[in-house]
Formats: sequence, C-alpha cells, structure tokens
Amino acid sequence: MIVIKGVPASPGIAIGKAYVLEDEEIIVNKTEIPKGKLRMEVKRFKAALDATYRDLDHAEQKVLKTLGRQHAKLIDTHRLILSDPLITKDVPRRIESEQVNAEFALSEALETVNQTFEKIEDEFFRERRHDLFDVGKRLLSHLLKREKRDLTTIDAPAILIARNLLPSDTINLKETKILGFATDLGGKSSHTAILAQSMEIPAVVGLSDVTHRVKTGDTVVLDGDHGLVIVSPTPEAVTKYQKEQKKSIREEKALDTLRGQPAVTTDGKHFQMGVNLDVPEELKTVLALKPDGIGLFRTEALFLNRTEPPSESEQVRAYTHVAKSMAPHTVVIRVADMGGDRLVQLGIDAPKDEANPFMGLRGIRLLLRHPDLFKTQLRAILRSCAYGNVRILLPMISSMSELRASRQLFATAQQELLAEGVELPKKIEMGIMVEIPSAALLLDHLLTEADFISIGTNDLIQYLLAVDRINEHVAHLYDPFHPTVVRVLSQIVETAHRHGKWVSVCGEMTSDPRAVPLLVGMGVNMLSVSPRMFLRVKQIVMSLSTASAAQFVSKALTLADSEDIQRLLNDLLDAGALPGHGPAADGHEPS
Amino acid sequence: MTVNATLKVKNRLGLHARPAALFVQTAGKFKCSVKVAKGEVEVNGKSMMGLMMLAAEQGSDLHLALEGDDANQALEELKKLFDRNFDE
Repeated sequence: MIVIKGVPASPGIAIGKAYVLEDEEIIVNKTEIPKGKLRMEVKRFKAALDATYRDLDHAEQKVLKTLGRQHAKLIDTHRLILSDPLITKDVPRRIESEQVNAEFALSEALETVNQTFEKIEDEFFRERRHDLFDVGKRLLSHLLKREKRDLTTIDAPAILIARNLLPSDTINLKETKILGFATDLGGKSSHTAILAQSMEIPAVVGLSDVTHRVKTGDTVVLDGDHGLVIVSPTPEAVTKYQKEQKKSIREEKALDTLRGQPAVTTDGKHFQMGVNLDVPEELKTVLALKPDGIGLFRTEALFLNRTEPPSESEQVRAYTHVAKSMAPHTVVIRVADMGGDRLVQLGIDAPKDEANPFMGLRGIRLLLRHPDLFKTQLRAILRSCAYGNVRILLPMISSMSELRASRQLFATAQQELLAEGVELPKKIEMGIMVEIPSAALLLDHLLTEADFISIGTNDLIQYLLAVDRINEHVAHLYDPFHPTVVRVLSQIVETAHRHGKWVSVCGEMTSDPRAVPLLVGMGVNMLSVSPRMFLRVKQIVMSLSTASAAQFVSKALTLADSEDIQRLLNDLLDAGALPGHGPAADGHEPS
Repeated sequence: MTVNATLKVKNRLGLHARPAALFVQTAGKFKCSVKVAKGEVEVNGKSMMGLMMLAAEQGSDLHLALEGDDANQALEELKKLFDRNFDE
C-alpha cells in the first residue's frame, strides 16, 4: 500500500481501478514538401485553423450551458492565441521558407515560443504557455487528423490518473464513467479543480508523480476530502474507506432530501437558512441547494486579478444576474471588503504591506477614502435592485460617523440615478456587519441608522480575543466558545431584536455543527452558511428545539470557562440531539 | 514613416494577458508595423504571445517602433492605453 499526498481539489471518496491517461506526447516527423505543393500545405494548415476555431465555438457553447459565463472567458483567451501572428503568420512562413510539412512548422514555432517562456522568471507569465499548448495541441490533432483524446470512450468505471487535465478535458467528465481523478499538476484554485467541484467529482491534484506510481488496473482509493491517493490499499484500508463512502453516501442521501424543505425546528419554528456566495461561479451550486436567500454575497472576487476596478455596467451585470436567479429570495450584497494591497493592484494609490492589515485601512475605511470606487459599487447595486430582493451590507463599521458617511454617499447615488431616470424601489435596506467590538457595544445607536445586521464571527472573535489566527503562536487561542464570545453574541442579538431589526450570522461559526445550537438558541433570524456545509447545518437546525437551545444558551451564559461551555455542548451531543453524533446514529448500521 | 517612443508599464501585474490583448487589438486596427522591445528582446506588437514573452512587469520601459502611413495615429492610440492604465 502506498499513500501519496496531494492537494484536495474536490471532496468525496472514490474506490476503483486506475486508468492512467497517457500524456498526449505527439511525435511530429519532418517531411520535405516539394516547391509545387507548398501552397497546398499552407492551405491544409489554414483548414486546421478553421477547424480549431469551430472546436472553440463548440467548447464555448458547452461551457456556457453547463458552467456559466465566467468560465467561458478562458475560451476567449484561446481564440486570441489562435489568431496570434506567431501561429497565423509564422507557421505559413516556415512552411514556405523551410519547405516543410505544416505539423513540423507548427511544432517548431511552438518550441521557439516555449523556450522563451521557460526562461521567464515570473511564474505568472511563465505559466501562460499552458494555454498556448492547449491551443497548439488542438491544432496539431486536426493536422494529423487525430481525434483529440476522448474520455467518454473509457467504458468501465475508473479513477482517472493523468499528468494534467485541461479544462477542455474536464468539461466532458460528467458524461463519462469516471469516478474521480488525480493529477500530477494543478492547484486548488485551478480551473480544473473548480470544474470538478461544480460537477461533484472527487479530485486530488498536485501529486507531482502519481502517473509514474500508478499503473492502469491498479486498485486505487481517492480521498478528495484529505487529498490522498492510496495505491494498492490493504483489504482493511479498502473496508475502512468503503464504510466511510457508504456513510457519506448515506448522509448525502439523507441530506439531499432536505433540499427545498423549510428549515423547521422540532418545536415548529421556521428558520431562515442562507448561503454565502464567494464567487459568482458558485451560483449554480448555490441555487441547487434551494436556500432561503444569499445571506452574504462577497463581491471581492469581482475585483480580483485585474488592473482596473470593474466598471459600473460590469458590476450591474454581475449583481443583476444573482438577484434575478435568487428572486424572490433575499440577496445581501456586501460592498467590497478589500485591503490596500488589492487597491494597488487595481492601479489605485493606497498603502500596501501594512504592518497590521487587520487593524489597517480596509473595508468601509478604505471605501470612504475612495468615494468614487464606493459610489460606483453602490450605483451598480442600486441598479440591480429592480431585478430582485437586494439588500446592501457595509463591512468593518466601527463608528456612527462611518455609517452616516456611507448613508450620505448612498443617498447621493440614489439621487443621481433618479435624475438619470432609473427607477428604484422606494426602500432599499442598508445593513452593517457587526464584526468590530466597538460596533457591538454601540449597536443601539447604530441601529437607528442601520436596517439590519450581519454578525461576522471570524473577525469579531479575533478582535474580541486579540488573536491573530494566522499567527501560529496564538492561533489556538481563537475560540468561538469563549464565554466572552457567547456573551457578546447574545447581547448583539438581543439588542437588535429589541430594535426590531433582522439578524443574520455569517462566518465560519455557522458552519461549525457544535456552534449551531448556540446560534439557534439566541434566536438569530438567518444562518448564512458556506455551500458545502449548508445541508448539514440545516439538518442540525431541524433536529433542535428552539426552547431547549435557548435554555442551553442561558446555561452557557452563566459559565466562566470555555471548557465548561464545550462540556455542556458535548453532553447535548452525547444525548443524541444531533444527527450523526450521538449513540442513536451509530446504533444501527444498514446492510 | 517611422516613429519611436518609450513607454513605461505602470500596472502592478505588468503587461499580462488582458492588457496585452488590448494592446494587440489596438495595434491591429492600424496598417503600420508595430515592434515592441524590452531590453534586447524585440517582438511583434500585434502578437499577444509575443508581448507576453516580454514578461513586462510593473515599471519596465518598452520601446516602440512603428512603421507605416498611420504610424503616428497608432502611436497616439497606444499611448492613450498606457495613460489610462489599460482600462477595460
């Protein structure tokens, strides 16, 4: 048995026979072309170009249909490469001047470019050559009249092992019998990983040499949760994973029935279950969960990997799309919570490399410093309001003046739009993140100007306990069950409800099964959860009674120590109150 | 007609895919030839892969040499692109 550790790219367990995909090493022979036939050879190359264009159109349609517009941008890049003079001009010139076949001319041209790229020190620029290869391969296979490898021909269920899977390969996986895949190359945020997640295929990437260590036909366990590939596992290991697989399939099935069901507690209280949306690409996954709303739409992703902030109309498109897809449910759009580093990338003058970014110029502080950027986003959100149920959320509020200044800019944006003849709903709710202790303590005042609140537990806990979670020396002190945290959370919810305001909680605490009874007991209105944990958390909510959860909170509030609170919680879990934890769940193993 | 100019890349990520594509699209609108050089490497300014090969990071100087009837006009347009930090 060999265990190879890689990067977990897409969760789930797969057990089966390996199918090692041979790297598409295409061998190109040099053939001399007689003078009289050179024009024919160039023509043949042009035909291959046309065929490749058609390939890309076809791939684009497929991506648009199955994965959405965001992913389709990749195809645009490939089109630009295909129309690059290095290919369209250089190759015909080589054919004619060297009197060689098109395949050879093309591979020589690609090799020249590759050599230059290999020497580039900057990884970002160097990695762009993979796009060139993807396009180059398509072209070559047309010239050689060779079918591009077709994974749908793998006719038995198998675990795919490959050097690298190009996005164009991955798109097809859903139509195959492939149970999961493992690759030498790739990272967690690669296109291929994102595609695997949205197709719910277990995957491990970045294994560096898995293709050399596995042979076709070997039995393999793929553990997408922990990023492991186990080759020739012992019978015990197989049994263990089969059990786990069964268990997770069983759990998934149980969870699956919860899609679209209202989250009602055992004592009949309906609970709003929201989802956090980090990148617009995840919208499809989110919609499939049928949540009661998007409790937190983080808009930072729109500002990533670019040298200029997105224009108003680009933002309008993104927000409108989400608002429309979710209507009539609520979408809480949080204005961009960015730090100075990001702004510098966007070509805006801002401090970078702050000594203490968590206490630095970020969130609302930064937006108020750059009112143009802020107003553009507010205008874009406002313009999307007509298409759904949109609310606006302000990050990092620590004082009344920040809230008032934001409100003022918001009013200006509204007036501008009305003057431009844009129709706006009468009332658009604007809420604040409660994640800085000062906001928590000043909440009664802030609520005179804020329509709702969202508690950001990650930052709130960090600031309350003065713990930087990235600092390994103190990270263990980060504790959602610290009595102070429980106390402050409970006060926040109570204050908000006294003012008749809606409370949502986002942040990792909502995804911690042990913390859910606390939050339910406090009576928050919405839990906004990461898509992966959504159904699981919903299941817990549905297994609780609000009355006993509230009792649990009052008991916890009397305790002085985190350990005591956690013990109380464990007692609750041991009593079998939560599915999948207590003895009730382990008692009967279905055959 | 031949015109020359040296332009500085100001974007933090340098002349990466998106700006390079924009450069190529702009250059492609004109008949004149566009050569772009960084240090000793010179590439065709109408080729995106070419421009990427320069790995022109923030702060680097690019030497442009344009030749053809509409070279002046092309240079003006390209300069604007640099001035506007390659907006989209």
